[in-house]
Amino acid sequence: MTITELGRLGGGPPSDRSTDLAVHAEGLVKTFGGHRAVDGIDLDVRPGEIFGVLGPNGAGKTTMLRMLATLLKIDAGRAEIFGADVAANPHVIRQLVGVTGQYASVDENLTARENLWLFGRLQGVDAPRARRIATELLGQFGLEEAADRPIAQFSGGMRRRLDLAASLITRPPLIFLDEPTTGLDPRTRGQMWDTIRGLVADGCTVLLTTQYLDEADQLADRVAVIDHGRKVAEGTPDELKTAVGNSALQLLLANPDEVPTAVEIVRRVLGSDPVLSPEQGRLNVALDQADLAADVLIALRTAGVSISSVSVAKPSLDEVFLALTGHKTDRNHETGTEENR
Amino acid sequence: MSTMITPARETVRAADRVAAARRRVSLRETLGQTLMMAWRALKKMRRNPEQFFDVALQPILFTAMFAFIFGGAIAGDVQSYLPLMIPGILAQTVLTTCMATGTQLREDMEKGVFDRFKSLPIARIAPLAGPMVADLLRYTIAATLTFGMGLVMGYRPGGGAGGVLAAILLAIITGWSLAWVFTWVGTIARSAQAVQGISMMIMFPLTFLSNAFVPIETLPGWLAAFVRINPVSHLVTAARDLANSALVSGEVAWTLLACVIVIAIFAPLSVRSYKRHM
Ligand SMILES: Nc1ncnc2c1ncn2[C@@H]1O[C@H](COP(=O)(O)OP(=O)(O)OP(=O)(O)O)[C@@H](O)[C@H]1O
Ligand SMILES: [Mg+2]
Repeated sequence: MTITELGRLGGGPPSDRSTDLAVHAEGLVKTFGGHRAVDGIDLDVRPGEIFGVLGPNGAGKTTMLRMLATLLKIDAGRAEIFGADVAANPHVIRQLVGVTGQYASVDENLTARENLWLFGRLQGVDAPRARRIATELLGQFGLEEAADRPIAQFSGGMRRRLDLAASLITRPPLIFLDEPTTGLDPRTRGQMWDTIRGLVADGCTVLLTTQYLDEADQLADRVAVIDHGRKVAEGTPDELKTAVGNSALQLLLANPDEVPTAVEIVRRVLGSDPVLSPEQGRLNVALDQADLAADVLIALRTAGVSISSVSVAKPSLDEVFLALTGHKTDRNHETGTEENR
Repeated sequence: MSTMITPARETVRAADRVAAARRRVSLRETLGQTLMMAWRALKKMRRNPEQFFDVALQPILFTAMFAFIFGGAIAGDVQSYLPLMIPGILAQTVLTTCMATGTQLREDMEKGVFDRFKSLPIARIAPLAGPMVADLLRYTIAATLTFGMGLVMGYRPGGGAGGVLAAILLAIITGWSLAWVFTWVGTIARSAQAVQGISMMIMFPLTFLSNAFVPIETLPGWLAAFVRINPVSHLVTAARDLANSALVSGEVAWTLLACVIVIAIFAPLSVRSYKRHM
């Protein structure tokens, strides 16, 4: 299946009026000094869903979100949120959207409670209610004990939770989360997922970005994959996976040194390359038919490559990504260069 | 997926929220938001008291230094230089205090919390004006210390308490107005250091090319021309008249007019360039 076909998967709502959508964007463009960070993205987010935007470092996720949140000027194209034009009514948009950015945006000089109080009061919540909401949110996010300590002493996870709490004070109907779980430990990450699902149960719509393929898979009702500022595919996680191949053979080699040999063999048997996972000695092989797994295994056995574990599963979004963009997510590599800057 | 939670709270209904959304910020809301921002700035000051060192030290040091350096040369002796000098120091300390506005704003703007301020439905001017309201405290401290130090050194203002208070008030108003220039610099410069550099370049001619420390008559013509239109000169003359003879001269009006002009130009410029930062 080609990329263009994929792009239509699970498409937008057939002929819905855009006012029925939580987010409707057409041809969004943002240019930074000649570099098109966001290069013509269309996006439709339906009310009540969790929409995931998946892409590697530098794909343009943050830039896109910031344009939709009125934090960056839209260079070309247009966007509507619940039917209100973003460029024309920034003040209205700011009342409808709660933004949790990629980096915590809370005040280092204030305590957690003071932060929530300040943001509440700024948005016209009266004093007693602002106090009550602050206490409620601190409880809900497990921050009661740290409530009256300055943020400077907070861990990354605590900051992230406070940041999300600060976006929920007025209970906005649409919530933007930019990489909500990056840098969180697995347990905190799971809690964050539950919180996000809880928001949707309350009637909110969530637009989140992530670099984690399993996060999009677990959390999102629909996913848009973006790369170099362009949308390369859109659909439910299942649709995307099915599109890439019916199943995937996951191999863990006993000896990581034999990876090149194994790659060679897979290429010979199937005519396509397997995806190397960052874990030493692990290969993911996309299969059109599950039967082909046997051919691969027999060829490996014949060549004397020993395997310590085997499974056949639906392909991961990693493979989806490879199939869609023709290159790997390159997460580790890109992170390295970011840090060197 | 999301079946496990029965919402304990009222469901969020997007349509209602869209209908209830306001189109613009009212003047009352703007004032309330500015005061909240001032509250934040005051909290910040209280937790970083080292910010007050320059405000407190400068009037004390400068008063002593200038009196002994220039006193003899300009007025013959220190005692007779004080009535000339103290209002000059007053203008200078207030100006240095307001210079810090730009640098601090810039540092503040680079912090994550400004991202949130930008994403909230609040008046764009509130995050800029709030800290300036809190700065009124700093001007008051600086101005009071200047006169306090003068009194210690033997300055006996002829205008009495009323005259001195009026001079302090005028200095605070002027400082607050001129602070908009530095706020604007804070919003256009690339870094806090750049703000510092540009602010210095604005500050030095304003204070030293004024009649703050040297009588205009001693200056060459071209310099005297600038000194005469410099708003700081008007402030200094007005403050001298107020503090030394309780005289509300036309200079007060000129000073206030200069303040209004500065605000009218630089407040909108600041807001515009702050908005462009997004
Ligand atoms: N303010 C800016 N000025 C210049 N270039 C920028 C700016 N912000 C982003 N970019 C560039 O735009 C591109 C997209 O950046 P963006 O932050 O949107 O990516 P991202 O998908 O959020 O990446 P990450 O996963 O690392 O957060 C990058 O190449 C980045 O260098
Ligand atoms: Mg990002």
